[in-house]
Amino acid sequence: MRRSGSSTPILLASTFLVGLFTPASNAIELSGQINIEHRQFFEKGLQGQNKQQSSLVVQPEMYWQLDEGEASFTLTPFYRYDSLDNERTHGDIREALYLTYWEDYELRVGISKVFWGVTESAHLVDVVNQTDEVESVDGEDKLGQPMLHFSAIKQWGTVDALLLPYFRERTFAGDDGRLRPTIPVLAEASYQSSHGQNHIDYALRYSVMLDDWDVGVSYFQGTNRDPYFQVVDQGMRQVLTPYYAQSKQVGVDVQGIVGDWLWKFEGIYRDSLDHHIGLVGGFEYTWVGVFDSIWDVGVISEYLYDSRGNNAQNIGQNDLFVGSRFVFNDEAGTEVLLGITQDLDNSDIFNGKLEASSRLTNHLKWRFDAWLFENRTPNDRLYFARKDDFVELSLEYYF
Amino acid sequence: MKIVEGLGLKILTLVFLASTSVTNIAFADAQRGLEIAQERKTRDEGWGDSMASMEMILMDSQGASSTRLMRLKNLEIDGDGDKGLTIFDQPRDVKGTAFLNHSHITDVDDQWLYLPVLKRVKRISSRNKSGPFMGSEFSYEDLSSFELEKYSFNYVKDEQLGDIATFVLEQVPTDKHSGYTKQVTWLDREHYRPLKVEFYDRRGALLKTLTFSDYQQYLNKYWRAHKMVMVNHLSGKSTELNTSELEFKTGLTDRDFHKNVLKRIR
Repeated sequence: MRRSGSSTPILLASTFLVGLFTPASNAIELSGQINIEHRQFFEKGLQGQNKQQSSLVVQPEMYWQLDEGEASFTLTPFYRYDSLDNERTHGDIREALYLTYWEDYELRVGISKVFWGVTESAHLVDVVNQTDEVESVDGEDKLGQPMLHFSAIKQWGTVDALLLPYFRERTFAGDDGRLRPTIPVLAEASYQSSHGQNHIDYALRYSVMLDDWDVGVSYFQGTNRDPYFQVVDQGMRQVLTPYYAQSKQVGVDVQGIVGDWLWKFEGIYRDSLDHHIGLVGGFEYTWVGVFDSIWDVGVISEYLYDSRGNNAQNIGQNDLFVGSRFVFNDEAGTEVLLGITQDLDNSDIFNGKLEASSRLTNHLKWRFDAWLFENRTPNDRLYFARKDDFVELSLEYYF
Repeated sequence: MKIVEGLGLKILTLVFLASTSVTNIAFADAQRGLEIAQERKTRDEGWGDSMASMEMILMDSQGASSTRLMRLKNLEIDGDGDKGLTIFDQPRDVKGTAFLNHSHITDVDDQWLYLPVLKRVKRISSRNKSGPFMGSEFSYEDLSSFELEKYSFNYVKDEQLGDIATFVLEQVPTDKHSGYTKQVTWLDREHYRPLKVEFYDRRGALLKTLTFSDYQQYLNKYWRAHKMVMVNHLSGKSTELNTSELEFKTGLTDRDFHKNVLKRIR
């Protein structure tokens, strides 16, 4: 009696799992990408790091359609092998997500990514996922976040409610890596909460479309995704340890379409170890078919502000971003983006980027990125990156 | 000298005659043009919703080609423009990218792009629809739903196109952001289906010609061309659009075309 009683839940659970993962009539759908990337730095690192950095990236995506399309399961592992930096050699589960929907509701359970916001040069309200910082300079790569995510999509707006039961630590370049602080971030992270990584965070968002305007209001409470840093002694030398404090954050994002102009704004108030206001706002304007050609040329300009000034955890405390996007509208989908972020307090601090990409076949694409970091202000946050100018060429195979 | 004068007078008279009759005809023919266009629209009402797969073949002037694969969902909206969702399957680097369009009869359309890599839904400006769709010879404008309010019509003549009797209509876009000054459409007289459209650019020159073929009828009423070929006379490039697996009344509703649903579509 006892036996059967204890085995029933397991039996039920396994039946459920089999039901979940057996492709009843729907086979698994496989896609993904494999990249070969090479970064060439112009100079040796400030700590003597090498100028060459090559990588192999694999990211397959497996998708199961369930319940005749009313539910699905997606699994997206990620792995990067890096020739230079042990810390950049890393893996992640970008997605392992069960999704179901009915009427106006959606429920997601598992590991996934959520993007909030509208601006291009910074993503202030986008607070759910941790940044996979070793991946890219722009910080747009994110680590998979475990979540229970409920959405109600109504005429009067969309409500998202997220429960985030586990915290992901930001990735940092290692000893041999480039683009790292003078003192590397190597020590184990510490937390303000006694629950550490297991602190349960939550996030809420309401968004609504008002004619040509889209407005979102969000609230987050839990472990601050942006770490503070402490210097600690480790053996014979000093290293940085990330300190993750608790935080509360209110965010607002607005986008409006006025003719060919897109106006964008994001603002946050965050209360953590310190409290601050962060703002980013600007416009995007696109000329379709410039000079009677089939090219589109877009101009993006955004102003970035952080009330903490130079002590900010983010770059962009009083900066201006100006960028231009060239879309060639050819069959190869060629695009070029040029951007400069200028510090308005110190004229010697700016960084520039160039991103270009084009398709070779339906499965193969090349990408060229270049970054330039100009900085002669020793007390600036990014002073350490002044020798890290690089170009990167990637060959991406999509299947 | 005399001959020349006489000829000059004759030409003058001819021009005068021609211009008076043209105004009369133009008036009458705007009426006739609108009637034909209304009949075309009426015959295509009530299809509800549809799903289809589409293959787009882009050919350059040297004959080299590349292919795009996508799936389309469409919803007919009473009293407004249709809603359309396009999901890309190939090229593989844009797999999962989706384009959502809520078209409006008089107001500008609402458009969104879903970028799966970032999981980001981006609202985009839709005022200028003259740009190319996915690097093809079709512009966004060419692929938008046919609405009477988007044009002023003019009946030009009857013409035999191959062995099919057609009406020739002139359509002048009412939207000043249109990439065209004029479109000339050949509609077959029996079913009011477009067979050929000529597009005239902002300088008034013939830019592109679109031909429709492989028509099939659905729900005993609605005709759909399964092959559309757009030829650009300026660049020598062309784009072929082949529709397959077209289905009507699939049960799609407004919900399936909400911008926030983009995050879950496949």
